[in-house]
Amino acid sequence: MAQTVAAFKVDYFQFLKPDGKLVEDQQIPALARDHDRLVELYKLMVLTRTFDKKAVALQRTGKLGTYASCLGHEAAHVAIGAAMREEDCFAPMYREYGAQFCRGVKMSEVLMYWGGDERGNNFSGPAHDFSWCVPIATQCLHAAGAALAYKLRKEERVAVSVVGDGGSSKGDFLEAINAGSAWKLPLVLVIVNNQWAISVPRSKQNTAATLAQKGIAGGLPSIQVDGNDLIACLWAMEKAVNAARSGKGSFVIEMMTYRLSDHTTADDARRYRPSDEVDDAWDKEPVKRLKAYLIDQGAWDEEREAELLEECSRWVQQAADEYVEQVENHPEGVTAMFDYMFAELPHDLAEQREYAQRFPEDGGHH
Amino acid sequence: MAEITLIEGVTMALARAMEEDESVVVLGEDVGVNGGVFRATAGLHQRFGDDRVIDTPLAEVMIAGTTVGMAAQGMKPVAEAQFCGFTMPMIDHIMCHAGRLRNRTRGRLSCPMVLRFPSGGGIHAPEHHSESPEALYAHMPGIRVVIPSSPSRAYGLMLAAIRDPDPVIFMEPKRIYRWQKEEVVDDGEELPLDVCYTLRDGNDVTLVTWGAMIKETMQAADELEAQGVSVEVIDVATISPLDMETIIESVERTGRCVIVQEAPRHCSVASEIAAGLADAGVWHLHAPVKRVCGYDVVMPLYRNEMKYMPSVKRIVHAVQQVLEVS
Repeated sequence: MAQTVAAFKVDYFQFLKPDGKLVEDQQIPALARDHDRLVELYKLMVLTRTFDKKAVALQRTGKLGTYASCLGHEAAHVAIGAAMREEDCFAPMYREYGAQFCRGVKMSEVLMYWGGDERGNNFSGPAHDFSWCVPIATQCLHAAGAALAYKLRKEERVAVSVVGDGGSSKGDFLEAINAGSAWKLPLVLVIVNNQWAISVPRSKQNTAATLAQKGIAGGLPSIQVDGNDLIACLWAMEKAVNAARSGKGSFVIEMMTYRLSDHTTADDARRYRPSDEVDDAWDKEPVKRLKAYLIDQGAWDEEREAELLEECSRWVQQAADEYVEQVENHPEGVTAMFDYMFAELPHDLAEQREYAQRFPEDGGHH
Repeated sequence: MAEITLIEGVTMALARAMEEDESVVVLGEDVGVNGGVFRATAGLHQRFGDDRVIDTPLAEVMIAGTTVGMAAQGMKPVAEAQFCGFTMPMIDHIMCHAGRLRNRTRGRLSCPMVLRFPSGGGIHAPEHHSESPEALYAHMPGIRVVIPSSPSRAYGLMLAAIRDPDPVIFMEPKRIYRWQKEEVVDDGEELPLDVCYTLRDGNDVTLVTWGAMIKETMQAADELEAQGVSVEVIDVATISPLDMETIIESVERTGRCVIVQEAPRHCSVASEIAAGLADAGVWHLHAPVKRVCGYDVVMPLYRNEMKYMPSVKRIVHAVQQVLEVS
C-alpha cells in the first residue's frame, strides 16, 4: 500500500491588488504602512521606467545597441535591490536595472554597456557585484559560489541572483538550487517570471504548476508572489535575505509578472503575442498600482507625480548626455581590449597589442 | 628531500599553497575523504578539514560555476574534475565567464581559479576519460593552460598556477602520474609559467612536446642519439600563452623541427606551433616542420588506444624524414 512519504505546497502572496487596494483577510506586513519608504521606492520605479523609455528611444535613433527593456518588472527589480545590503552580492541577468540603481549603479553606466563600451561594466555599484550576464542562468551559480565564499569566511553576507522563467529550464539554475541546498548557502534565487522566454510562453516551457516548486524539489523553501506588487515582493525578499543572512540557508522566490515590452529592441513581440494578453497585463502593471495605493493613503498626489516625472526626465536626459559625451569624446583606445585580459600582459598579447596600435583603423564595416 | 611522483608533486603543492594562504580551497567530486580518484588530494581533508577540502555534489557545471563565483569574491579555489572528458560541460563557465571576467569588468573583478584534471589516454580507462583537450582551452582568450611533465614541474607549476591572479587550466598527464620519481624539495618555490623548458640540448633537430608525450619523445631522442643525431627536446609546459621565442630560438640553431602531441592534429597546439615557425622561423628551416599527433578520430576504447597514440617509432620516423631534406 502506498504511503505518503513527502507532501508539498507552494504558497502565493499578494498584498496589493491591481486596483491599488490592499487584499482583505490577510496579515498585511508592516511595510505596507511605511509610506515614506514606499514613496521612495515608488520614485525609483518611476525613474526606472523613465530610464527604460529613454534607452529604447536611444536605440531607435541609433545611439545605443540592442537593449533589453525592463518595462513591467519595476516592482520586482526595485524590491530585490531594496532588500539587499551594500555588502551583499548581486548577480543579475541583463534587465534588472531597478535593482542595480538601488545598489548605486549609474544610469549612464547601463547605457555604456548597451552602447557597446566595456567601461559600463566597471560600474559604481558595489565593486564585488557581478555585471550583466547574457548567457542564461549561469549567474545563479556565480551567486552560489559567492555565497559559498561568504559562508566559508563566516561573513554575514547574502548572494542574490535573478533568473527568468525561461532560465529556470536551465541546468545551471537547478544546479544552483542543489548547491544552495547541499551547503545551506546564504543564497536567494529569484525567478522573475514574466511569462515569456523571448517568443516561448510559460505554457511551453514546463507543465509544472509553479516554477517555485523546482526549489522545493531541491529542498529549499520556495514561494510565489505577485511580482507586480511591490509590497509582496519586498516582504518576500526581506524575509528570504534576512533568513539567509542568519544561517537558515537558501530560498527560491518566484515573482509573477509580465514583460510589457519586447524581449529586446531586436525583437518584435507582436509576431507571437496576442494583443489582448498585453492589454490585460497593462491593467495589472506595478507602477500604476503602487501609485493608486499611495494616493489612496494620502501619501502621494498628482502634483508630486508631475514633479517626479519632470525630475526623472531631467535625470535620465543627464545620464544620456553623460553617456554620449563619454563614448564619443573619450572613446577607449584599441589597446584597452588587450590591457585587461590578464593581470600582467603576456608576451604573445604584447606583440598583438603593438600590432593593433600600428593598425588602429576600423575594419568590418557593413 | 623526498623522491616523489608527478601526482605527489601535485598533492605537495596543494598542501603547501593551502598552508600559506587560507583563501585556497580545494573542491570537487570525491576530493575529500576519498582523496580524489587518483589520490591527488590524499590527506588534505584530514589536514585542512571540511571547509578547505570540499566534496561537491556530482555536478560539473556547478563545480565550474561556483568556482568562478568564489574566485570573483576573493577566494582561490582549486577545482578538480575527475577526468578530462567530464570538463566539457564546464567549458561554458570557463570560456564565457572565467576567461572574460577581468576584461569585461575592466579589472573590477578577476577570477584567480585553477581547474585541474587528469588528461590523456593510456591507462585503459572507459570512454570519455582519455581525451587531450588542451587546444580547446588554449583557444579561449583569458585562460592559461599548463601541463606539467615531471614531479618537480608538477610541484612548481601548480604552485605558480594557484598563486596566479588569473584562471589556469592545469592538465595533469595521468599516464605518467606515477611513471618516474624525482627528488623534490617542498620549499614553496614556484616555477615560471609562460615559458618552455629545454630538457635536452642538441644541434640537428628540435623535438617539441608536452605532458605524457615527453616519455616517448625522450625515448626517441635516446634512439636518435644512438644513431648519431643530436636532438634538442623542448617541453612546452605552458600551452597558452605560448612561448614561441624559445622554440624559434632552438629551431634557428637546429634548422629542423618535429612536434609531438597526443591530441588530434587538426587545429591543434602542434598546428599553432608549426604556424608560428612558418611565420617567424622559415628562413632558418632546412626542412618542413612535421607533426606527430593522435589521429583526428574519436579516442578509441582501450584495446586500440595505444595504436592511436604517437609511438617512439613514429617520432623517430618523422625525425628521419626531416633529416633527409638537405
